[in-house]
Amino acid sequence: MMLSRTADHLFWMGRYMERAENLARLLEVSHAISLMPRSHNGGAEISAPLALTGRLDDFQSRHDHTEPAQVLHYMAYDLTNPASILSALRSARENAHAVRGKISSDMWMSLNASWLEGRKLAEQGEDFQLFFDWVKERAHLFRGAAYSTMRRSDAFYFLRLGTFLERADNTARLLDVKSHLLPDQQSADSTDYYTWSTLLRGLGAFEAYHETYRDTLNGKRVFDLLLLREDMPRSLRACFDEIRQALAQIQGDNGRPARRLATELNAALEFTAMDEVFDEGMHPFLRRMLGEINRLGESIQRAYLEAA
Amino acid sequence: MHALTLPHSSHYDEMLLSSGAVRPHYQGFAEWLQAQTPEALSRKREEANQRFHRVGITFSVYGDESGAERLIPFDTIPRIVPAAEWRALEAGMRQRVKALNAFLHDIYHDHAIVKAGIIPAEQVFTNAQYQPAMQGIDLPDQIYAHITGVDIIRHADGQYYVLEDNLRVPSGVSYMLENRKMMMRLFPELFARHAVGVVDQYPALLLSTLRQASRIDNPTVVVLTPGHYNSAYFEHAFLAQQMGVELVEGRDLFVRDDHVYMRTTAGHKQVDVIYRRIDDAFLDPLAFRPDSMLGVPGLLSAYRQGNVILANAIGTGVADDKSIYPYVPEMIRFYLGEEPLLNNVPTWQCRKPEDLQYVLEHLDELVVKEVHGAGGYGMLIGPVASEEEKQLFRDKLATDPAGYIAQPTLCLSSCPTFVEAGIAPRHLDLRPFVLSSGKDITMVPGGLTRVALKAGSLVVNSSQGGGTKDTWVLED
Repeated sequence: MMLSRTADHLFWMGRYMERAENLARLLEVSHAISLMPRSHNGGAEISAPLALTGRLDDFQSRHDHTEPAQVLHYMAYDLTNPASILSALRSARENAHAVRGKISSDMWMSLNASWLEGRKLAEQGEDFQLFFDWVKERAHLFRGAAYSTMRRSDAFYFLRLGTFLERADNTARLLDVKSHLLPDQQSADSTDYYTWSTLLRGLGAFEAYHETYRDTLNGKRVFDLLLLREDMPRSLRACFDEIRQALAQIQGDNGRPARRLATELNAALEFTAMDEVFDEGMHPFLRRMLGEINRLGESIQRAYLEAA
Repeated sequence: MHALTLPHSSHYDEMLLSSGAVRPHYQGFAEWLQAQTPEALSRKREEANQRFHRVGITFSVYGDESGAERLIPFDTIPRIVPAAEWRALEAGMRQRVKALNAFLHDIYHDHAIVKAGIIPAEQVFTNAQYQPAMQGIDLPDQIYAHITGVDIIRHADGQYYVLEDNLRVPSGVSYMLENRKMMMRLFPELFARHAVGVVDQYPALLLSTLRQASRIDNPTVVVLTPGHYNSAYFEHAFLAQQMGVELVEGRDLFVRDDHVYMRTTAGHKQVDVIYRRIDDAFLDPLAFRPDSMLGVPGLLSAYRQGNVILANAIGTGVADDKSIYPYVPEMIRFYLGEEPLLNNVPTWQCRKPEDLQYVLEHLDELVVKEVHGAGGYGMLIGPVASEEEKQLFRDKLATDPAGYIAQPTLCLSSCPTFVEAGIAPRHLDLRPFVLSSGKDITMVPGGLTRVALKAGSLVVNSSQGGGTKDTWVLED
């Protein structure tokens, strides 16, 4: 049992830190793909992060052209953009400050330093690739601190909930943006190879792909890996499983609708085959998943976090 | 050898005579101090700063963008109080707090002290801090001020005087505890040489005081904070954590059917005792300031029904007001039939024509204070004031005499303190924290010692650049 507001801060602390990391990964991928030599559509590639975070209109109201450097600056360093990495680091730290007594000092120090250093890097105009690497490291450090110092109580599980709900959402969005690249037939096109390898590397899943399939890259398998494989930590399936487990640990009967929904989603993915996803269509499937993630978030909000 | 500035004979120094001789209760410390090199002590001060900084980053971050934190400077030379002096202070504070609680019960019930002609009715009932909503409410054990901070100074005559009572939301106790922790960390050997009274049990005593404040057996206690942008948020979070109770904001609470509940992940949980660190005016937007976002709508109604305890009670401010302060010795005689053990500072009430005349004639010697002022603002220190400042106060006194009181310029005692040029005397005061329950009145031996870091300054408030010291009450 804990204050709903405390749970809310912990949940959002987890979400914002995860968001910072996923933004770094997304920007990295978009940036790399936009640099592709044969890229016929580099502009669309680099503006994908803007569309994905709903910031396209705001960005275009500030800039006439979509220059990669401008997009990266806006999405990484700009504090006037609430969807930037730096804004996420600030929000994570503010949520942590409000529940200072409920998290370990290791976690607090890590989040506080991430915000303070991140701001400094932004001011210095640090190289984007180095900044993205740094953000990923800070996220690993924070999760490590949480995992190895936090008591396994409700506080820990609300943090996990926020983390994996955010990750599920981000994975689904990222795959949705790439779903139009899926060919009907297996393709050996080198553009595709570059796209898929960039995507896998961005998600830290390149090695896992080869270990799992021991075959050349193809889009269908990339989607299989990141949607249905329960042993892939960033897959939708793995996220649902983590959410289900965290919900099961939280005390009280309030969250039964949320628990049921998480269990259903997890089971649905467990018994779904890739062919069925393709029958439904990748885009409709992912839109449906994003809707379910949203419903799950609302259900958690209502059950635990809301000022009832 | 330390560069030491000796105290002037015009005031009392806690450690040294103006000849440089050391008072007996500081002998042990002085010997130890002589054995330390200035460099080693300087390193220790640096260590203290760094450590406070780190904890400070943790706790004292204000809302501003830069994440800046403000630290209250900490001095490593303790203020040492001999056992016998503390016993006298403790007895005096018990008596005083008992009388103040009796006074609060009286003015919200039968008004006996007013009827007896001891305190004029208008002094009480037209006071902005008087809360008519409290009239006739029966509190458990008639306790209004569960937590009292008594500000005490030592004058040039060597006597202790009570400067003011803080009966609303006195703060600073976390510094008392943190300062002790720091001293024990930096100089463990000193605690082996001195029998220093222990203060660590304060949070446990506070919790037990808060639990006893309720009529029910196993009450749920919470700490109510204005939020993490408040300057004292560190203390709120610290006390809640030390007591193992929830730290809540107004929005975490709601009132239904005149009961108070907190919103938790497992549903609503009834709250029985609220240690509130929010002023009266912000507690309940339905009853007090309607624009307050910090409070809980309906709280006053639940409180009036006796379904929740507030510590301290609503309306205690009337008893620590500077216009009521001069009557505290009379209260002690009236309610307890005892002679006051602690000195009150002689006070001229400018609302009385003869007192006003005296004040105007002796402005050079007196300190003039706003009746409702706090934090060292809105006061005139006659002996050091410019002619312009004095004229400003003459005008103020002419337009609103009842808004001011005057007191002789007290020469706060000093204590050797680390300054840029070595060690020099700096003026200080003392705020012990007194806990009242139906069962007893308790306090830990010690309190918060605040020290004015500017040479000659008598203003110890942290908002005006004051620092703190650890306070040692020696055991026999």
